[in-house]
Amino acid sequence: MSEYDNISNEIRELAAKLLARGEVDVVIGYKPTALPGRTQPAFAYKPEDAREFVFNPLCVSGLPLYLTKAKPEISAKDRIAIVAKGCDVKNIVALQRENQIRREKIKVIGVVCKGVVGKYGRCDGKTEPKPEDLDEKCRYCDVNTPRDYDYLIGEKIESSPQSKEKEFEEINRIEKLSPRERWKFWEEHFKRCIKCYACSKVCPLCYCNRCIVDKTMPRWIDPSSHARGNLAWNIIRAQHLAGRCTGCGECERSCPMDIPLMLLNKKLERESEELFGYRSGYNPHDPIPLAVFREEDDDEFVR
Amino acid sequence: MKKYFFKSVQISVFRVIRVPYLWLKNMSEQSENKKNESNGEWEPKIIAFVCNWCTYVGADMAGTGRMKYQANVRIIKVPCTGRIDPLFLMRAFERGADGILVSGCHPGDCHYNAGNYHARRRFAAFRKLIEFIGIDLRRLQFSWVSAAEGKKFVTIINEVTDAIRALGPCKEYQSMALEPPKDKVMPE
Ligand code: SF4
Ligand code: SF4
Ligand code: SF4
Repeated sequence: MSEYDNISNEIRELAAKLLARGEVDVVIGYKPTALPGRTQPAFAYKPEDAREFVFNPLCVSGLPLYLTKAKPEISAKDRIAIVAKGCDVKNIVALQRENQIRREKIKVIGVVCKGVVGKYGRCDGKTEPKPEDLDEKCRYCDVNTPRDYDYLIGEKIESSPQSKEKEFEEINRIEKLSPRERWKFWEEHFKRCIKCYACSKVCPLCYCNRCIVDKTMPRWIDPSSHARGNLAWNIIRAQHLAGRCTGCGECERSCPMDIPLMLLNKKLERESEELFGYRSGYNPHDPIPLAVFREEDDDEFVR
Repeated sequence: MKKYFFKSVQISVFRVIRVPYLWLKNMSEQSENKKNESNGEWEPKIIAFVCNWCTYVGADMAGTGRMKYQANVRIIKVPCTGRIDPLFLMRAFERGADGILVSGCHPGDCHYNAGNYHARRRFAAFRKLIEFIGIDLRRLQFSWVSAAEGKKFVTIINEVTDAIRALGPCKEYQSMALEPPKDKVMPE
């Protein structure tokens, strides 16, 4: 039996136990789909529902979305258990930090994860994906063992330290270009955006009931998908996540036009670390950088 | 009494949002006139977002003191730098601004105690993002000008105008397409 079968079994047993004892109302996890190479979110309300749960490198989608906005009927439940990889736990911590969830009503079933398959990677779901099939975020992951959980499934492992140099290679390359070349680079990308808003719908931290793009009085972001409107949209989306994004990569994964949104997110992630010393998703008690200030903040850029 | 209070809050919130919006909306037409005035020679267009309590009064002081500064700047008054959403700046660029100045009270002097501190953090992140996208940071400048610093206001406006004049028009933004690319449209 492979390692992933063991993990899946443990998740099934634990979920069935929690439901049978009446400790939770629903367990959120993954189940296989008819399509090979995919999994989909699954919800168990009764112990026997837990039989379909699996966990393997195809479990890419971020489930914390179901704690807030994705399905109101589920987030309204009093006690929820959720299967979460390290990066999902970061999102849960960030949501807790922003008072979007009550941590005490959630039981986190943390799963030790060695990486999931990338957007265009291939994987049979039985063994670990090959390094070239890994998702970008997993290459630089420092939370293979989740940092916060109520139950842990799998053997604890230490994440190997990764070079920042490599992680930010592409960002450093773009930063070295001239402003005009950078502009061309982004214009080429943003031009393709079709304003489907998948990137914000799938982001666990984009939880406004009414997004700024939906507001029409006044209408700040041009709704047509021409280059100018797209630029405003993509910049404002990134800005609204400045210092909050945990780098889960869901936005880029769900973008149908393959716009490298993670470059923007990671750039701001680095800036928020350098400017404000804050990394989102690690500590539920740190102040959120753009919601607070210090009098001695750097104002070198102000005349 | 209570009713009146809510009404007035509503009206002022509406105005605070509406005024910069209408201003920016009219700007492109104004800019056309500007061009004609100066016989087709290009003149930089600079938008200054200033706070009501310090920089606006500082600018007023420059006026009452009859100090001269280059007439390329259009001032938009907002209650506080904390009210300046990055969206305002994006919209100003979209509508043809060649440069933007954001100016408010010195740290510690904010009329609302902390607005400028919040703004400082917000723009510290935003300008990095804008720079990464490819906008020259000389086009987006920030300053603290107090109510007594009419002179500083004049200097800053002149310096910003000169910098933008040297940079030339913000072509990147202005030449950006206002139509979706043809190949994006689904064939019938
Ligand atoms: S980022 Fe880490 S925890 Fe998340 S899927 Fe990749 S390896 Fe697993
Ligand atoms: S912006 Fe993207 S990477 Fe960041 S938290 Fe949202 S979905 Fe995840
Ligand atoms: S998911 Fe991609 S195409 Fe859709 S709105 Fe976001 S950036 Fe544009």
